[in-house]
Amino acid sequence: MRRRIFGLLAVLLTASLALAACGTAAGPTTTDEGPFRAAFVYIGPPGDLGWTYEHDRGRQQVEAEFGDNVETTYIENVEQGPDAARVIRQYAQEGYDMVFATSFGYMDAMYEVAEEFPNVIFEHCSGYRTRDNMGTYFGRMYQPRYLSGMVAGSMTEANSIGYVAAFPIPEVIRGINAFTLGVREVNPDAEVRVVWTYTWFDPVTERDAAIALLDQGVDIIAQHQDTTEPQKAAQERGAMSIGYNSDHRAFVGDTVLTGPAWNWGPYYISTIGAAMGDGWESREYWGGMQDGLVQLADFSPRVPQAVRDLVDTATQSFLNGNDEVFCGPITAQDGSMFVAAGECLSDGEMLGMNVFVEGVIGTIPAQ
Amino acid sequence: MKLVLHKRETVSKRAVVLVPIVSFAVSLFLGGILLILSGANPLVAYGAMFRGAFGSSVGWTEVLVKGIPLMLTGLGVALAFRLRFWNIGAEGQLTLGAVAASGVALFWSQRLPSWTILPLAILAGCVAGALWAGLPAVLKAVLKVDETLTTLMLNYVAILYYEHLYHVTWRAPGYNSGTERFPEFAWLPRIAGRAHMGIFFALILAVVLWWMFKHSRWGFELKIIGSNPTAARYLGISIARSIVLTILISGALSGLAGALEVLGIARRLQQGVAVGYGYTAIIIAWMAQLNPLGVIMVAMMMAGLLVGGDQIQMRMRLPASVGVVLQGMLLLPMLAGSLFTEYALEIKRPEKLPVAGLQQDVGKEATG
Repeated sequence: MRRRIFGLLAVLLTASLALAACGTAAGPTTTDEGPFRAAFVYIGPPGDLGWTYEHDRGRQQVEAEFGDNVETTYIENVEQGPDAARVIRQYAQEGYDMVFATSFGYMDAMYEVAEEFPNVIFEHCSGYRTRDNMGTYFGRMYQPRYLSGMVAGSMTEANSIGYVAAFPIPEVIRGINAFTLGVREVNPDAEVRVVWTYTWFDPVTERDAAIALLDQGVDIIAQHQDTTEPQKAAQERGAMSIGYNSDHRAFVGDTVLTGPAWNWGPYYISTIGAAMGDGWESREYWGGMQDGLVQLADFSPRVPQAVRDLVDTATQSFLNGNDEVFCGPITAQDGSMFVAAGECLSDGEMLGMNVFVEGVIGTIPAQ
Repeated sequence: MKLVLHKRETVSKRAVVLVPIVSFAVSLFLGGILLILSGANPLVAYGAMFRGAFGSSVGWTEVLVKGIPLMLTGLGVALAFRLRFWNIGAEGQLTLGAVAASGVALFWSQRLPSWTILPLAILAGCVAGALWAGLPAVLKAVLKVDETLTTLMLNYVAILYYEHLYHVTWRAPGYNSGTERFPEFAWLPRIAGRAHMGIFFALILAVVLWWMFKHSRWGFELKIIGSNPTAARYLGISIARSIVLTILISGALSGLAGALEVLGIARRLQQGVAVGYGYTAIIIAWMAQLNPLGVIMVAMMMAGLLVGGDQIQMRMRLPASVGVVLQGMLLLPMLAGSLFTEYALEIKRPEKLPVAGLQQDVGKEATG
């Protein structure tokens, strides 16, 4: 029995050693000629019609913009943690000029690999660790979330809105708070019920969480997940929903009233353009509606004109560069003062947000 | 007319040589069909996979990174299976090993001398894995509770607990998920690339187990209990005691895998520990025919398949799902093939069929 395995593996190992000798001799291939090469590392498949779908749409816009001067590739379904480091290292090793990693859990992996390849440019979406050759990028999604809250607050009849949320982390908490502030701006009696799923991408869990909320009597489902499942669950129950990531109305139907959406194309085009022209510098980019990075998806025909007008006015204010989502007075969930009148939260305070505002039904697990 | 499998009296020399070669050829052929259907040239794809795994020093070290936890969990599972104790809880034992090692690295560093932390963290990982496997072992030995269910269910408990820790209880303040980094003295030294000292643990333990199986009284007892518990009882072997002790060691091996993984690779507790090593270990143990040295080899091959599998996406530009299906297709004939080294296929007329004998054989295989 043992001999059998030894025999097989001996052949495999010998052959591989021979190949390894050839392989290492060739070494990594970095060329100055030929197209600029950029690789994207995705947490889910582009077919999720949400988070990864939008990043991949941005990648395609890069190809359309630069044509033969840029070559892009991607790898999907990469596990967060140790596996990501292997994948990122392989791209760097193979001579890619730039690597994008589009999930928070890739941060350590990318930070580690970036040190080994000083001539490769790394960009990590949604993290906070940077190097000379590694930058971060993300968007002020709380702005369109606030706007989508205004729509939900205007449209709810039960005065109760459900929110399927991935993780109790500042990014998601900030979104829930912005949404709730938007809801209560137009409807001070409405509440927002939160359920944590502890996953970004899990169609079944996302759907179950939406159903649990609908059972509690909410009539609109909002979400912070990667797929369209919460929207579909709402539709099947005859409820309406607020999408996220992309224009979910196109995939689910007009029960999706609107939704905060990403638009990565312009950012990817500008940062890759900068890198091609040697004008790239490491930075922590946090773009808003003004920059076109985040936006509100088109309204469903179900949204009345009066609501559209109200929201359009607020949208215009963001586009003009005003940003007063987290300006006081704002009361916290426990009734204490969260932001005093006349004050606004700094970027740092927003990035570390760890308390709910008044109107949210749900808890942030204590550390 | 019927096709009948009967157990070979002696293992055929010809089968030992031919079966793996034919299985491997069938594997490549079936995988090739899949690749052609996906619009790729199979030869180019296989070449890319092979070079991705073994074609560079980075590839080799990454194969080791995947191979170390596969070796250790494979050893743990093989050890339990020798006793016909179906421990499919290696995943949970590995996860708790990672949790315990992280706990020591994170919280004992201020109280104890720094040089003690790394060995204590490794030890804690072993103990946690052992206890997590020991629970079903005691239930089995004392109350005859079926271990297949208990070990499987405890996986989910362990994984949910681990997720709760890095998402909530132990999360580093301020941001998303994951604990603080371990202090540097708690890092397991690396040899090359990310390949760490854990490889020595795996190799030494494999040789020790191999020797023990062959030459020690314990190895003899395992063999008797596994093949004939009644005989073991007559020989005066305490089966309950043997099961519990052996399964504690089985769990400790998986716990060690988890500890080394966090101390050597991630250096903090975060997502990416419970990625299926404990389940792949079951395939490895079977393919290695429960032989510890075979486990090392098969684990390396399996790690190569996992690392090389990246190329299906990176080089061949095929979707991730094709890679996963291909990996399954390559394994299936190899597993099925091992059947033919132990059993011979015969064509028989139904009336002459000695069905009872066969069923007994098969029944024994399945229930132990």
